[in-house]
Amino acid sequence: MDLQFSKEDEAFREEVRTWLEDNLLGEFAQLKGRGGPGDEDELIAERRAWEKRLGEAGWACVAWPKEHGGKSATLNQEVIFNEEYARSKAPGRLGHIGTELLGPTLIHFGNEEQKKRFLPGIVDASELWCQGYSEPNAGSDLANVQTQAVLDGDEWVINGQKIWTSHAHVAQWCFVLCRTDTDAPKHKGISYILVPMNQEGVEYRPIRQMTGNSEFSEVFFTDARTPKENVVGGINAGWKVAMGTLAFERGASTLGQQLAFNSEMDIILEAAKETGASKDPLIRQKLAALKVELNIMRLNSLRTLSHSETNELGREAMINKLYWSNLHRKMGEVAMEILGQESLVRPETEGYDLHKLQRLFLFSRADTIYAGSNQIQRNIIGERALGLPREPKVSTKT
Amino acid sequence: MKFALNDEQEALAESAKRFLQEKAGCEAALQVMETEQGFDEAVWDTMASELGWTALTIPEAYGGYGLGYTDLIPLLEAMGRHMLCSPFFSSICMGANSILEAGTEEQKAKWLPEIAAGTSRATLAFTEAGGTWCADDIQATYTRTDEGFVINGTKHYVLDGHTAHLIIIAARAEGSTGEKGISLFVMDPASQGLSICAIKNLDQTRKQANITLDNTPLALSAQLGGQDLDWSIVQRILDLAGVALSLEQVGCAERCLQTAVDYAKIRTQFNRPIGSFQAIKHKCADMLVLVESARSAAWYAAWSATQSEALADAASQAQSYCSDALYSCAAESIQIHGGIGFTWEHEAHLYFKRAQSSKVLLGTPETHRERIAQMLEL
Ligand SMILES: Cc1cc2nc3c(=O)[nH]c(=O)nc-3n(C[C@H](O)[C@H](O)[C@H](O)COP(=O)(O)OP(=O)(O)OC[C@H]3O[C@@H](n4cnc5c(N)ncnc54)[C@H](O)[C@@H]3O)c2cc1C
Repeated sequence: MDLQFSKEDEAFREEVRTWLEDNLLGEFAQLKGRGGPGDEDELIAERRAWEKRLGEAGWACVAWPKEHGGKSATLNQEVIFNEEYARSKAPGRLGHIGTELLGPTLIHFGNEEQKKRFLPGIVDASELWCQGYSEPNAGSDLANVQTQAVLDGDEWVINGQKIWTSHAHVAQWCFVLCRTDTDAPKHKGISYILVPMNQEGVEYRPIRQMTGNSEFSEVFFTDARTPKENVVGGINAGWKVAMGTLAFERGASTLGQQLAFNSEMDIILEAAKETGASKDPLIRQKLAALKVELNIMRLNSLRTLSHSETNELGREAMINKLYWSNLHRKMGEVAMEILGQESLVRPETEGYDLHKLQRLFLFSRADTIYAGSNQIQRNIIGERALGLPREPKVSTKT
Repeated sequence: MKFALNDEQEALAESAKRFLQEKAGCEAALQVMETEQGFDEAVWDTMASELGWTALTIPEAYGGYGLGYTDLIPLLEAMGRHMLCSPFFSSICMGANSILEAGTEEQKAKWLPEIAAGTSRATLAFTEAGGTWCADDIQATYTRTDEGFVINGTKHYVLDGHTAHLIIIAARAEGSTGEKGISLFVMDPASQGLSICAIKNLDQTRKQANITLDNTPLALSAQLGGQDLDWSIVQRILDLAGVALSLEQVGCAERCLQTAVDYAKIRTQFNRPIGSFQAIKHKCADMLVLVESARSAAWYAAWSATQSEALADAASQAQSYCSDALYSCAAESIQIHGGIGFTWEHEAHLYFKRAQSSKVLLGTPETHRERIAQMLEL
């Protein structure tokens, strides 16, 4: 058992740290601490320029092969990059849907042309992506997607509606789960299709969230078109690809996220000292408990990492999403408790602006919903990690 | 970076499992726990002389194998899992550690070899009527005489106090207060003026005793380190015990989860296995989160035993989290088992009682969280 990173890895850490210090200056200095969850639709142009800077230096997608614009970093190094990125307070990654979801999916399931065509645009942030999975009637039950794609000569013609699409307002492209065989069983007739957003057939309407801002939208496809070759992983084979993307979404970057939570925790601790709440024995209990859970979040991830050679998701890997989403919610609640009456006072600005801890409190209600709700996570843990029987299917005929 | 067991530790886990499956387990516990002694002498002998478990963490210079604290992980987890009733914890994780951390070379050479061999069992008599592990709670006093010391006081809740061969008593210099003036003395249970009385415990699988010292005389050589101890040394001894208890708690919690899951797969009601009901399935999922997270905390604490600065924090983190985690798992396991989980013959109550006793044994989760709050300078 050894919890220290190797000398080479520490040298890599130093390299990342130095680069971030040297580059988060000038026009980018204002981005520190911005653009996280709940603050996603802010400073778009500036953050895009930052993404470009990252990409030019090879940091946008460190784990990708060098040929695709990455640094061929090992898993440990990827973790170190994420840790240092969070530590430096660099802005939330505007391109994360491309860098963390679509990119790895293409590297895994895409063909050579697709990799050549799309990966460079992710690396230099010239093309931002959004994820077109959820629909009004396909949320947790994702395989129920109804958006249709039909081949018309060399092009797919797409009709339907997506909802809760984060970043639709900034994205040039969307990866869309479409039904391409209406007669096949639910999971067998789905394709994973890449669709340009800037066309007449695509319209998005921002949806206002409980945080007051609009990070996600409804997206309507009305005879939208995309070239035939933009299907990933084969026609009607999209379910497997979609699940692959979700695995990247659930697995990646927990350690960087832990550090981001940790800096939120520092703000909470500071607030507790300032308000004097830290002298209250009950608050002390809650703060200590949060700190313990935060440390365990890191330790759980380190254990997951230590098993990465086996390529098999260990039991401890499956608990990560449920663990951090609950923890984050508790952090928001304790923060509000500490601030007392003051927690109800918003900044003196136009619109529905929020203080950082208020944003944490409100936004963390989403953490337990997206990327597999807590209930879905518990089903997955119960069935896959513990081998408990699935629920009996409800017959659809009445 | 590798936060996992190594091959030797995996092998130890395997052999511990094989031995304890046969010699421990709940049926054995239900019998042994009815005796006043509280453990099976033959099992102890095998653990000591054949398996060498008692020698594992004792340095080679004193007749041990000189392995590290992380090497206890597989053993302690397995002991918890199989509900082993044994003075291993008191003798090795409290007694031997006290001598190792506080003793002089001479004292270590005198007592550690017999503890390593299992021919002597040691325990730490620390808590008094207040039941806490704070310095202030130590009211037993010692006074210096011409030949040595005289000790007076009463020790409560001493683990295996009625069966130990070496009792390590915490006492303070008469007139001292707080963290100053605390000494540890190693004594023979047959000493003059010393009386030992076994307690009837809620958790019968872990025995305790009360010890009264009435002008008990001791030789000079009985004082560990030959002087009053720096409180940080005492704290380190308690933290090492806390780490060990956390590891045992992880094993217990994992067993609670396992039996609950096994039962949820085979018990059917309303024509379906109860494990297919989300109310049950989701409880099990939450238990897995607790078990794996408790394990991360306890392993980290074991690793921290060699990193002296990190130990205090890590030990309290592990103790607070593992105590709560085991309690939840033990409680939910009874619920998932329904009526059968409430019976004497079923193992669930053994784990529930063990959960409660472990939660109180070395400081409640609240005490540990308060300590963490202090370390956070709140
Ligand atoms: C901030 C945010 C950003 C998002 N971004 C995107 C995006 O970019 N792209 C995208 O495609 N989607 C996105 N989503 C959508 C998200 O993936 C869905 O909200 C999620 O999958 C849940 O689906 P739903 O909202 O339809 O809720 P439902 O699936 O209707 O769930 C409602 C409730 O029922 C419970 N439930 C459902 N099924 C079960 C079951 N089998 N057992 C027990 N309980 C169950 C759920 O846990 C939940 O509590 C985003 C959501 C949020 C909140």
